[in-house]
Amino acid sequence: MDDIAIRVDDVSKDFRLPHEKVGSLKSLVVNLFGRQKSFETQHALRNVSFEIKKGEFFGVVGRNGSGKSTLLKILAGIYQPTRGKVTVRGKLVPFIELGVGFNPELTGRENVYLNGALLGFSKKEIDEKYDDIVAFAELDRFMDQKLKNYSSGMQVRLAFSMATLSEADILLVDEVLAVGDADFQRKCYNYFSKLKNNKATVVFISHDMNAIREYCDRAMLINNNMMVDMGATDKIADKYLQLFIEEAPTANKDHAEVADAANQERWGDKRVAISGVSTSVSEKSIEVTIRIKAHSDFAKPVVGFRIRNAAGAEVTGTNTKHENIFLKDLLKEQTLILKWSFVNVLRDGQYIVDVALQYADGITVADWWNGAAKFTIRKNRHIPYTLDPGFELIIQGQ
Amino acid sequence: MYKLWQRYRYSVILLTQLVKTDFKLRYQGSVLGYLWSLLRPLAIFAILYIVFVKFLRIGADIPHFPLYLLLGIVLWNYFAEVTSIGISSVVSRGDLIRKLNFPKYVIVVSASFSALINLALNFIVIAIFMSLTGVDISPSAVIMVPLLIIELFIFALGVSFLLSALFVKFRDINYIWEVVMQAAFYVTPILYPLSIIPVKAAKVLLLNPVAQIIQDMRSLLITPQALTIAHLYDNPYIYLLPTGIVLLVALAGAAYFRKQSKYFAEEV
Repeated sequence: MDDIAIRVDDVSKDFRLPHEKVGSLKSLVVNLFGRQKSFETQHALRNVSFEIKKGEFFGVVGRNGSGKSTLLKILAGIYQPTRGKVTVRGKLVPFIELGVGFNPELTGRENVYLNGALLGFSKKEIDEKYDDIVAFAELDRFMDQKLKNYSSGMQVRLAFSMATLSEADILLVDEVLAVGDADFQRKCYNYFSKLKNNKATVVFISHDMNAIREYCDRAMLINNNMMVDMGATDKIADKYLQLFIEEAPTANKDHAEVADAANQERWGDKRVAISGVSTSVSEKSIEVTIRIKAHSDFAKPVVGFRIRNAAGAEVTGTNTKHENIFLKDLLKEQTLILKWSFVNVLRDGQYIVDVALQYADGITVADWWNGAAKFTIRKNRHIPYTLDPGFELIIQGQ
Repeated sequence: MYKLWQRYRYSVILLTQLVKTDFKLRYQGSVLGYLWSLLRPLAIFAILYIVFVKFLRIGADIPHFPLYLLLGIVLWNYFAEVTSIGISSVVSRGDLIRKLNFPKYVIVVSASFSALINLALNFIVIAIFMSLTGVDISPSAVIMVPLLIIELFIFALGVSFLLSALFVKFRDINYIWEVVMQAAFYVTPILYPLSIIPVKAAKVLLLNPVAQIIQDMRSLLITPQALTIAHLYDNPYIYLLPTGIVLLVALAGAAYFRKQSKYFAEEV
């Protein structure tokens, strides 16, 4: 029990959303007398239980609106749980947002003291750390200027610099890393590595599965306001990515005839249509087979595809026009099979294939189908980057 | 003692910074800056002197009447400032409340301290006038004046706690309070000497804590002719009524604020 930093015991949180906000006395009076209050109860979290050990780097993942931020705010004591109990041992500092309480009318220096006070530091304590803060933020020359004259990048640097100085036992971090340029993000990750080495307890909310995999010891997946799973980060990250695949329109099986169902993810005049998409994956290569059928005579179609990873990033793709391949005119009822193959440089994960048939101009769409097929790469290698082309290493002098 | 400090350390640190910030921002951009805290009561004094002494000739029977008026107005302004800033203090810090867990009462208390600094500056001006006009101060003032200021501080704070917590839920409160304060300004003997109204009415008016404080303060600092509860009632225990109201409002306000503050983050 002594090594537990945070204990969450069967916590639920409900929000009451009044249909018409009881924001004035009139509506209060009206509601008090007679008419029942009309509100909707929104269950933001249901029966969540878990424990985080001291020194653990704990990830919380889930889609937008799943309840992660509510959970974080309950841990931070900002929200009270409707049911259940949260026990926190040690000083906890939340970073729901950087630079909370910054006032644009104050100078950088004054903001450091104000923000420091909000984090629980006395003037004397800030005095001692002031030089470090300024140096880390690289803002020596600007500290006596008003914050409103800072660029947003400078404000973020100052705020982050403040955040790094807090000596909390437990840190709650919510997507802070989403802001800032590449240089700043690198700084953040360096700080994270430092936290990890110092055995700080960190609860980290992110959509970035690479960061989760790299830093977290354990993670938890929240979906539809409930805890779905908790455990090894790889397992949780995969499950999280799976959520998006399940959302994607179900791809038809190999060579199955395509139903003409009205699908938002598919559009075009269908004068020539995709009749089937299949994929085959080996360790060395990936094949995408596209069958198309012309419903009327069609001049010089352009056929292409692109591959998206589970996070939605477009990883690669091409079309016949890019490849300088010019297809011949199609006759009515003619079918065509195009077999694309390319080197398997994708890292482990789930992928979605979007297929497009276009007119000769390469712009007008005849049939565009997002999520026409999907496939999984499983090389059992954990590369935290988008591509895993396979590496060779030659070591000399050993 | 150390334990107590540990418990309230965060609140004290935060309170100090918030009051400092308030004070820094108060006169930002104005050329004369903090001087305004002194110039304002001076200007009010000049106006009162011209209007009441030169034209209306009210209160001619009360010695140092302009000073008498100034003291009343300064005390009333303090009460009005604390409550009007206090009422929206929680809502205006909504951004902070939604992102950080901290003792919420600090927000209201800091607004109240900022006004107290202002009151202190106003008292400097009053003290200067007092020494210039050579008023007689009763010896008990040394003890009584701080006590009366504490009473006013607690009353204003209590009202602020109540109103600021209510304002989170019912946004009409500030408009209602504006009207209430306008009415209270005339019900409180600020611009007129209590002696011009019927004794029965004066007796009731003095039960208002702000009226009681203003009249006691005037009686102690400016002239014993200022009517107080001690003058109008035979029974000194009547003082328990206004002080009782102060305590009641303060306790009720603090209790309600404490109960509601848990949900500020969701409702603000």
